[in-house]
Amino acid sequence: MSVIKQCLVSHTLLLITMLVAPFSVLAEESKFNMPRGVTEISEEVYDIHMLVFYICCVIGIAVFAVMFYSLLKHRKSVGAVPSQFHDNTAVEIIWTLVPTLILVLIAVPATKTLLKIEVDREADMSIKVTGWQWKWQYEYLDEDISFFSNLSEASNQARQRASGIDPSTVENYLLDVDNPVVIPVNTRVRFLVTSADVIHSWWVPALGWKQDAIPGFINTAWTEVKEPGIYRGQCAELCGKDHGYMPVVLEAKSQADYAEWVKEQQRKQEEAMLASGRDWSMDELMSRGEKIYTANCAACHQANGEGIGMFPALKGSPVATQGSVEEHTKLVLNGLNAMPAFGAQLNDADIAAIVTYERNAWGNDVGDMIQPSAVKALR
Amino acid sequence: MIHQQKSQRKIVVQSLLVVVLMFGFGFALVPMYNVFCDVFGINGKTGIEATAMAEPTVVDEERWINVEFVTTLNQSMPWHFKPTVKKIRVHPGQTTTVDFLAENLSESEMVGQAIPSVSPGWAANYFKKTECFCFNHQPLAAGESKEMGVRFFIDPDIPSKVTTLTLSYTFFDVTEKAKAKSNKKDELVKVATN
Amino acid sequence: MSTAITHEEEHHEDLTGWRRWVFATNHKDIGTMYLWFSFAMFLLGGAFALVIRAELFVPGLQLVEPDFFNQMTTMHGLIMVFGAVMPATVGMANWMVPLMIGAPDMALPRMNNWSFWILPFAFSLLVSTFFMEGGAPAFGWTFYAPLSTTFAPSTTDFFIFGVHLMGFSSIMGSINIIATILNLRAPGMTLMKLPLFVWTWLITAFLLIAVMPVLAGAVTMMLMDRNFGTSFFDAAGGGDPVLFQHVFWFFGHPEVYIMILPAFGIVSQIIPTFARKPLFGYASMVYAVAAIAFLSFIVWAHHMFAVGMPVAGELYFMYATTLIAIPTGVKVFNWVATMWRGAMTFETPMLFAIAFVVLFTIGGLSGLMLGVAPADKQYHDTYFVVAHFHYVLVTGAVFALMAGTYYWLPKWTGYMYDERLGKIHFWISTISVNVLFFPMHFSGLAGMPRRIPDYAVQFADWNFLSSVGGFVFGFSQLLFFYIVIKAIRGGEPATNRVWEGAEGLEWTLSSPPPHHSFTVPPEVR
Repeated sequence: MSVIKQCLVSHTLLLITMLVAPFSVLAEESKFNMPRGVTEISEEVYDIHMLVFYICCVIGIAVFAVMFYSLLKHRKSVGAVPSQFHDNTAVEIIWTLVPTLILVLIAVPATKTLLKIEVDREADMSIKVTGWQWKWQYEYLDEDISFFSNLSEASNQARQRASGIDPSTVENYLLDVDNPVVIPVNTRVRFLVTSADVIHSWWVPALGWKQDAIPGFINTAWTEVKEPGIYRGQCAELCGKDHGYMPVVLEAKSQADYAEWVKEQQRKQEEAMLASGRDWSMDELMSRGEKIYTANCAACHQANGEGIGMFPALKGSPVATQGSVEEHTKLVLNGLNAMPAFGAQLNDADIAAIVTYERNAWGNDVGDMIQPSAVKALR
Repeated sequence: MIHQQKSQRKIVVQSLLVVVLMFGFGFALVPMYNVFCDVFGINGKTGIEATAMAEPTVVDEERWINVEFVTTLNQSMPWHFKPTVKKIRVHPGQTTTVDFLAENLSESEMVGQAIPSVSPGWAANYFKKTECFCFNHQPLAAGESKEMGVRFFIDPDIPSKVTTLTLSYTFFDVTEKAKAKSNKKDELVKVATN
Repeated sequence: MSTAITHEEEHHEDLTGWRRWVFATNHKDIGTMYLWFSFAMFLLGGAFALVIRAELFVPGLQLVEPDFFNQMTTMHGLIMVFGAVMPATVGMANWMVPLMIGAPDMALPRMNNWSFWILPFAFSLLVSTFFMEGGAPAFGWTFYAPLSTTFAPSTTDFFIFGVHLMGFSSIMGSINIIATILNLRAPGMTLMKLPLFVWTWLITAFLLIAVMPVLAGAVTMMLMDRNFGTSFFDAAGGGDPVLFQHVFWFFGHPEVYIMILPAFGIVSQIIPTFARKPLFGYASMVYAVAAIAFLSFIVWAHHMFAVGMPVAGELYFMYATTLIAIPTGVKVFNWVATMWRGAMTFETPMLFAIAFVVLFTIGGLSGLMLGVAPADKQYHDTYFVVAHFHYVLVTGAVFALMAGTYYWLPKWTGYMYDERLGKIHFWISTISVNVLFFPMHFSGLAGMPRRIPDYAVQFADWNFLSSVGGFVFGFSQLLFFYIVIKAIRGGEPATNRVWEGAEGLEWTLSSPPPHHSFTVPPEVR
C-alpha cells in the first residue's frame, strides 16, 4: 500500500509540474515532447510541430483569457446587467480572416517539408522492410543480407502475463530486438515497405515519419541519419494480438563500422550453412530449440506449450507425440491453416531444433530428434 | 392535413432515395478508386492486365533507368520465388523480358497469384507490361519449379527525374479460391451438358 | 402548416406497464428509452475502458491477455460511438425537437419505435460475440482489412450484422427527424428561427442518411469478401486493403461530426440561457455548422497520411482539413461573445457548457496539429491521437450531453435536480477527465503507439496518471446516475420556465410537458 501512496505523491508532483512547466521545458524534455530526431526531415517536422503548437497556445490563451475575464466580470452575482447585442459584422469578419491567415502561415512550411519527405531521389542503398505478424524482416537489396527482427528474449519473457519479472529491470523493455536493422550514417537509405499478412506500420520517431506496410503493395520512404546511435520505435498500426510486441530498432553506424557489420553478417550466414551440414547432439538441439521456440512459436502456442484460445496445445498433441518426426517437420515448414509456414523464415538448424524441442519439452517425451540435414531433405 | 401527409411522404421517399444512392455510392467508390489509381498511380498499382499501348518503336537511348525486382511470399507461402536478376538497366521504350523462378516446396498442388506493385507509386503508369505471369493464376504441382517471365517496357514519356523503378511481386496462395471456382465451373458444365 | 395538429389518434394513450415502452410511439417515451439505453451502453463501454486503464496502470501484463485487450479497445470504441454517444443525441432530439418547434410529436411515431427497438438487438448481437469461440472483434473500431477480413475470427459476421442493424436504426431515426423538422414546425417558425439544437440536428440527420449507407456498403463488402469469395479488399484477387480505409473514412469522418454537431447545438442553447443574452451570431452559427458538415465529406484521407498517398493527395487533404478550423473557430468565438457582457450564473448545465468550450477548444487545436500532414507522420496512431479524439468526444460530446441532461432534466421530470450534487459531479468529472486525457498528449508525443496492451517503462508515469484519472472519472458517473434517479423520484417542483434566462417554445409548456406536446400549434412571431 505504501508503494502506491508513494507513487501517488510523486505523480501528483509530476502532475503539478506538467501543468506549470514552462513551454521551453516542454520543448527540451523528450518525456513531454516529440524527439527532434537525427535527420534533416525529423528536425523540420519537429520545427513545424513546435510552430503549430505555439500558435495553438497563443490562440488558446487569447480565447480563454477573454472568456475567463468575462466569466469573472460579467456574472450576475457582481451585478452585471446583460446587454442584448447579438451581432457585429466587423468582428465576425476579423475572426474569420485572421484564422485564415494563420492557416496560410502554417501551410507554407508544412508544404515545403511534405514535398521534401516525398521527394524521389536516387538512394545510396535500399532495404526492403516486410511486416509480419509479429516481427519485421529486413532484406538488403545490394548485399546478400536478410534477417528477421524479433522482440528480444529478455523483453519477451518479462512481457508474459504474470511473468513475475519487473519490466523496469529489463533493459529497453519492449523496445529491444534480437537483430536490429543496421544502416550507415550520412547515407541516403531507401526503405521499401510491404507486408506479408496484415497492415503494419514501420515507425522510428527519430527518423520523423512512419510508413504503413500493406500486403501486396510496396511503399517507399527514405532517410539519411546524421549521427551514429541506436534509435527505437514500434509498429504503429494495429496488426493483431501481438501488435504491441514488434519493436523496430535501427542502428546507425559509421561507414567503416557498417562495412564491418556487413562482413560479419556474411560470415554468420556461412556459419549457418556449415551448421546445417553437421550433426547436432540432442542437448544442442534442445537448448537452441527453446530459444527459437520462444521467439517464433510461443506467441501462439505459449511458452508452456499449452496453447491459448484458437491456438492448439503442443503439450501432449498427436503431432508432437504420436506422429512421425517427418510429418511434424513438414507441418512446421509448410504451415497449416492459420499457422504460417516457417520454411522461408528459418534455416535448417532452427527448424530441426524447434521440432526436436517440441517433441521433448513440457513432458512430451518421444525421445527422437531430427538433424538439420534431414530437414534440408524434406524441403 | 392531406397536403401535409403528402409532403411528408415526399420527404421520406426523398430521404430513402438518398440512402439508396449513398449505399450505391459506397460500392461505386470501388471502380472510382481504381480509376483514380490508374490516373494518379496511387498505391503503385500497376495493372494485372496487358497494357493496351503498342510496344514503342522509338527507344530513347540517351537515358538509362534502373529497374529493380523484389519479391514477397504472403503468409509465408511454402514456395521459393526469386527474380533471376535483381536489377537491370534499360532505356525508356526498350522492351525487355525478365524471368522469375518459382518453386512449390510443399507436397500438394498449389495455385499462386502474383500481385505487382511499383515504386515510386506515381510512376507506375509508365511501367507497361505486355506479358506477365501475374496476368493469370499460376498452378504449380508439388515440388514443381517454373521460370515465369514478365515482358515490359517503360513509356518514353516518363519524367526525367525518375532514375530507378522498383517492381515488386507478392505471391498469394489462392489454391482454395481457385478450387472453389473450378468446382463451380465443373458444376455449370455438368448442368449445361445435362 | 397551420393544420399541423394531432394526426395520431389517441389509441396508444392508455398503454401501461411494459406495453407503454414496447409499443411506445410517444416521442418522450422513446426519447427516454434512447437516453437510458445510451447510459447503459456508456457504463458498459466505460467498464471496458476501465479494463484497459487497469491493464495499463503499470508496465507489464497483469490482468488480461493481449487478444482480450484488443477486444476491449475495439468494443470500447464501437459501444461508445454507436451505443452511447449517437443514441444519446437521438434521445435528446426525440425529446426536444418536437418541444422546440411546437409539434405534437415526431412525424413518424411508429418508425420511431422501430428505430429504437432495433438497437438492443444490434448490441446484443455485438456483445454476444464475447461468449463465442474466437471472441469479440479485436481489430479496432476502424476494423481495417485484411485484419478484419482474412485474419478475423468467424464472430466478425455477427459484428457486421450488428453494424447493419445500427445503420438501419440511425437512418430511420434521421429520416424521422428530417420529416419532423421540415414538416411539423409551428406556424411562423421559419428555418432561420429554429433553435440551434434543431438546426444542428437537421444537418446531422442529413449527414447520417448520407454516410450510414456508405458504412453499410463497407461492411457488406467485408461480408462478401469473407464469405462469398469476392476481393474488394483482398490484394490476392486484385482488390486493395487501402480502398477499405478510403470507404471507411468516407463514412468515418462525417461520423465524427455526427457526434459533435448536436453537442454544438446543446451548448448553443445553454450558454445564452445562463448568460441571459441572445446567442451571438445566430446566422453565422448555422452557416458554420453547414460548412463543417460540407467539409467533413472532403477531408477523410487525413486519417491515412501514413498509407503512402501521392504527395498531391496529401497536400490537398492537409489544406482541406485545416480549413475546418475556420468555421469551428467561428463557433467558439461566438460562444465566448455570447458570454461577453452577459449576466452569467453558474448552474451545473452552464458549468458543463463552459468546460465544453474550453476542453473542446483544446481538442480542436490538437486536431489542427494533427491536420498538418508532415507532423501527422509522427502523431499518427499514437496516444496523441487518442488524447485528441477523447478531448473532442468525451469533454466535447459527452460533456455537452451531460450539460443537456442537467439543463432539460427539470423539464423532463418536473423536478429540479440536486444542484449541490450536480456541482460536485461537475468538478470531480472535469478534474479527473483532464488527469485522464491530458497526459496522453505527452505519452503520444514521446512515442507511445495506440492499442498496445503493454508499454516501455518511460511511458509509465503518464499511464499511471491516466489510469488514476480514468478510475475517478469512471466511478464519478455513478454519482450522475444517482442525481438523475433522485430528480426522477421527486424534489423541488420545476416551474415551466425552469431557468430565469430560458427562451423558446419548450419552456412555455408545463414541466413535465403533457403527453401530446403541442395539441394546438403555438404561434411564433
